[in-house]
Amino acid sequence: MRLFLQGLAWIFDGSHWQAGAQSPLPIQDRLVEHLTYTAIAIVIAAVIALPLGFFIGHTGKGRQFVIGFTGAMRALPTLGLLFFLLMVFGYFLSYNTAPLVGATIAFVILAIPSMLAGAYSGLESVDRQTIDAARANGMTEWQILTQVEIPLALPLIVGGIRASVLQVIATVTIASYAGLGGLGRIITSGIGLNDYSLILGGALLVTALALGMDGLLALVQRATATQGLSDPTARRRPTSATKSGTRTHA
Amino acid sequence: MIEFRSVTKRFPDETVAVDDFSFTLPSHRTTVLVGSSGCGKTTLLRMINRMVEPTSGQVLIDDVDVASRDKVELRRSIGYVLQAAGLLPHRKVVDNVATAPVLKGVPKAQARAEALELLDKVGLDRSLADRYPRQLSGGQQQRVGVARALAGDPNILLMDEPFGAVDPIVRADLQLELNRLQRELGKTIVFVTHDIDEAFTLADQVIIFKKGGIIAQAGTPAQILAEPADDFVATFIGADKGKRDLHLQQRTGDQGLTLVVDGDGRPVGILDGAGSPAPGGPDPARGQVTRA
Repeated sequence: MRLFLQGLAWIFDGSHWQAGAQSPLPIQDRLVEHLTYTAIAIVIAAVIALPLGFFIGHTGKGRQFVIGFTGAMRALPTLGLLFFLLMVFGYFLSYNTAPLVGATIAFVILAIPSMLAGAYSGLESVDRQTIDAARANGMTEWQILTQVEIPLALPLIVGGIRASVLQVIATVTIASYAGLGGLGRIITSGIGLNDYSLILGGALLVTALALGMDGLLALVQRATATQGLSDPTARRRPTSATKSGTRTHA
Repeated sequence: MIEFRSVTKRFPDETVAVDDFSFTLPSHRTTVLVGSSGCGKTTLLRMINRMVEPTSGQVLIDDVDVASRDKVELRRSIGYVLQAAGLLPHRKVVDNVATAPVLKGVPKAQARAEALELLDKVGLDRSLADRYPRQLSGGQQQRVGVARALAGDPNILLMDEPFGAVDPIVRADLQLELNRLQRELGKTIVFVTHDIDEAFTLADQVIIFKKGGIIAQAGTPAQILAEPADDFVATFIGADKGKRDLHLQQRTGDQGLTLVVDGDGRPVGILDGAGSPAPGGPDPARGQVTRA
């Protein structure tokens, strides 16, 4: 308990947030780095995984292959992958860029499976008859995808992104092993200095960041649930259903 | 006019849904395709708007092969109603009705205004326009489905067991409503059902199918009732069990009312007036007395 309080005290020590403080401080710089690495990885993963997931979900093609492949991707230990990629890119790239490229690829690979699963299972969850009717009413395949499937699958798609973000935020901690920044720097220097309040302070920051982002995305997920689908009891009280988006998810 | 020219549909698993089917459906009439499940009637219906492509043969609308037309454009020009209404759950009723016109590029405000008029036409209150499909009853959803199919004023209306999922009272209501609409609009309606009574209620022309898209009999309800082509048809319409052999009976204590009784002696209705066809019936030749 004392250790825990020491960790908290370390976080809330104003001098640790002072600009120009000694490395691995100030904390906000590490936080921003941590979020930047996460954002880069998530955006790249989304650009790859979402269109692929939409394609699989819409056409039903390649499903078996992708399930097997993403299963294998999930099983890869990210730390091992990171070291492997550092070695590989160390040959081709400069001392400065190799860690960033290697780490980003490792995080992207970590982020893809959940996002992909969210995208294709979301699309698959849409009622086939609704899609059939949309097609029979003269929607093009693209219109079916963008106007029917994606809006109806949005909560599951965002759910997949949410899971990815959580995994990546937690894992970006290991970026410090590649000589990069992020909150992991605080932990690794704590380990080096045998300073437990530093280690715990860093770990608590990562946890808080992960939970905070998860909560935020949970709200987004709620907001994307279409009104028309949410609450069957809304039939009896249509006014409350139309007044507020969140009310209907009660 | 919709013409099927020796149409065959063989699915990848080698089941033959329709085998060498040829028939012409007249314009501005209601043709009901009726048969038990798996007889290919839905497959035939879906060939008209190219939701199913025939393995061989042609489908022509007013002498134009549908295969030569753009699928999407073709579907937008044909109304389609299906069993569970198939409304878009995330769009309001009014936007569901306006789907096809908006896709065709009609300005949204205009499409919505027309959608409201269509709601009137199918007997729905305009206050339902801003609700979501989930908030409506099954019968109301079906009416929205019909309104959506009518949006953009298509000449052809395809209806695939549209009233199959609603209870019998609402169903009878919707059937009457459809007859009323059809008298007003005069569309070319192709209607699929497995319920022979529904077929007789709605049809100008009935086609009864055997398995594999083979026509057991085609004709007006009266023709089929009067002369079932074979035992299959007789069984299908219930004539073999005496269900269609109606006769009149007067019982004591009925103040001179005349009962209509079927072959089992079960009363099915009362003969109204002086034995004239039921008023308001769309066509005296429709065998109204059997449904009195």
